[in-house]
Amino acid sequence: MSIFSQSWAVIVMNIRSLPRRLWMSLAMVLASAVVVAVLLAFLAMAKGFEVTLQSAGAKDVAFFLRTGSAAELNSSVTRDQVNLIAEAPGIARSGNSPIVSPELYVIVDGIKKSSLTEANIPLRGLDPQGVELRQNFTLVAGRMFAPGTDELIVGEGILREFNGFDLGSEVRFGKYKWKVVGVFSTGGNVFESELWADAKVIQSLYNRGSTYQSVRAKLTPDADLEAIKAYLENDPRITQEVQTEEAYFAAQGKSLSYMAIFGRVISSVMAFGALAGALNTMYTSVADRAKEIATLRAIGFSHFSAFVGTMAEALVLALIGGIVGALSAFALFDGMNASTLGGSFTQVVFSFEMSPELVLQGVYLSLIIGFVSGFFPAWRAASVPVAVAFQGGR
Amino acid sequence: MTHENLFILKNLSKRFVKGKETISIFDGLDMTIPKGDFLAIMGPSGSGKTTLLNLLGGVDQPTGGEVIFDGERVDSLSESQLTKWRANNIGFIFQFYNLMPMLNAERNVELPLLLTNLSSKERMQRVHTALKLVGLEDRAKHMPSEMSGGQLQRVAIARAVVSDPKLLLCDEPTGDLDRQTADEILQMLQLLNRDFGKTIVMVTHDPAAARYASRTLHLDKGQFVEKEQLMEKSA
Repeated sequence: MSIFSQSWAVIVMNIRSLPRRLWMSLAMVLASAVVVAVLLAFLAMAKGFEVTLQSAGAKDVAFFLRTGSAAELNSSVTRDQVNLIAEAPGIARSGNSPIVSPELYVIVDGIKKSSLTEANIPLRGLDPQGVELRQNFTLVAGRMFAPGTDELIVGEGILREFNGFDLGSEVRFGKYKWKVVGVFSTGGNVFESELWADAKVIQSLYNRGSTYQSVRAKLTPDADLEAIKAYLENDPRITQEVQTEEAYFAAQGKSLSYMAIFGRVISSVMAFGALAGALNTMYTSVADRAKEIATLRAIGFSHFSAFVGTMAEALVLALIGGIVGALSAFALFDGMNASTLGGSFTQVVFSFEMSPELVLQGVYLSLIIGFVSGFFPAWRAASVPVAVAFQGGR
Repeated sequence: MTHENLFILKNLSKRFVKGKETISIFDGLDMTIPKGDFLAIMGPSGSGKTTLLNLLGGVDQPTGGEVIFDGERVDSLSESQLTKWRANNIGFIFQFYNLMPMLNAERNVELPLLLTNLSSKERMQRVHTALKLVGLEDRAKHMPSEMSGGQLQRVAIARAVVSDPKLLLCDEPTGDLDRQTADEILQMLQLLNRDFGKTIVMVTHDPAAARYASRTLHLDKGQFVEKEQLMEKSA
């Protein structure tokens, strides 16, 4: 009881004395806030990219690429191979037809709104069955492209980040002209960074013959991926390997994980800088309160209460900074659009994603700053000589 | 077992090491403070007054000798034991009051009681009794910045007596006050000594203040001397 009440009393006194050290205290809050905001900006960027890719992948969709191809761009699948894949065990059927989507993936140029520079955009060739395999697909404006025509539909991400793809406009890639007839959403995932058109038209315009680059296939609920792998390995005509679409995009999403690592390194370096400032603030605080601490110690307050009081002050200041930093990062970055190069050398449009877990990471970082910057000054506070109280001075 | 003497200092020595030099403040000091005494200690700067007060208050420890308080040796207590001993036995009154500027009078006086197991209600009852004793019950909610020097010292006295310690140690308690206010404070200390039986040790430079004490000891170069001797030296 006594230890608690005396520690609490010291904490209250320290907090109430903060206005005497207003600017030093604000500097510590600001340092902590900046470090947390920078960390969260990087983490939100990495998280946003990861979510954009990972949310595109379905567990119940098998994804086939040529063996050794890490992405669709350098993969190929012949028409015959598509037919063989469609007969693999565990592929769902609609009536008598297997639900498979052979797709093409070619790169076209677009002008980024932010920099007015050219950047790669994926133009995907698929058929209506391929569209149905996409989770959360909705046509938000216009209509679906008509098979066999030079019509395309454009993802919302492309519309946001690139010039010239408005509904009804005509776009030219090389010598071919296309007409934008619809705008689609897939719930914010990576497919929104694509243009979609009829697969056969793309085969024809880009001289692909009857080849595709990837195959998606709907799996039955009891499908066994190992059985499909065995089926592919046992047929020498098939040169593709399989994974779930979810696994494919999870691996792609990791490609920006360096951003999170970079963010952590940068914020750690900054945290050291903030620590230096915070230590200075807390040592100043202890010096400012030396007579008060000594008086309390003379009265009979314990070393521990002096230690706890200073630690609490450091933690409170750093935590306020952490919360300010997290709120600022949330206000500035959450939902902010950006685009970067994805795994297939095309632009992936994504939004910064600020999750409660990230905010918690920021708060933890601020508490670490508070703890380290408070510990040594608190130790000094606990060892202020009591005789200081007798040395006078106002 | 009761003891007539509250403090007995036997062959007390205190030395400080400063660089390669050892400075001796006391060397073989003997002293007795009976219970109920109101002792003034005077002496020139550097005579060891404050060091003596620190030793009596348990905020410093002697290099040698014995410090016996109410029959028990306290010179060998650990730091944490001394902290508890101070909380139970000593009330401090400082020259510059040493009140917590962010707490009102009531909360300042309550501080020593936070070290006890008293309930909040019991603590407040005692606080108001102490404030009433020093004539400041109506100022309980005032902040230190809203009070005069005399009022601040009275709050400090209330804080010193609220936990009913056996000994009050006063370090120049009127050093920051005008004559009239100083007299009021000294009369209050006299009252605490006479009517409440508090043993008081007061360090002062002021002969007028010392006259309120029941006896005065003069300290010079770590030794108690007769007043005449001190005057001769000064002359």
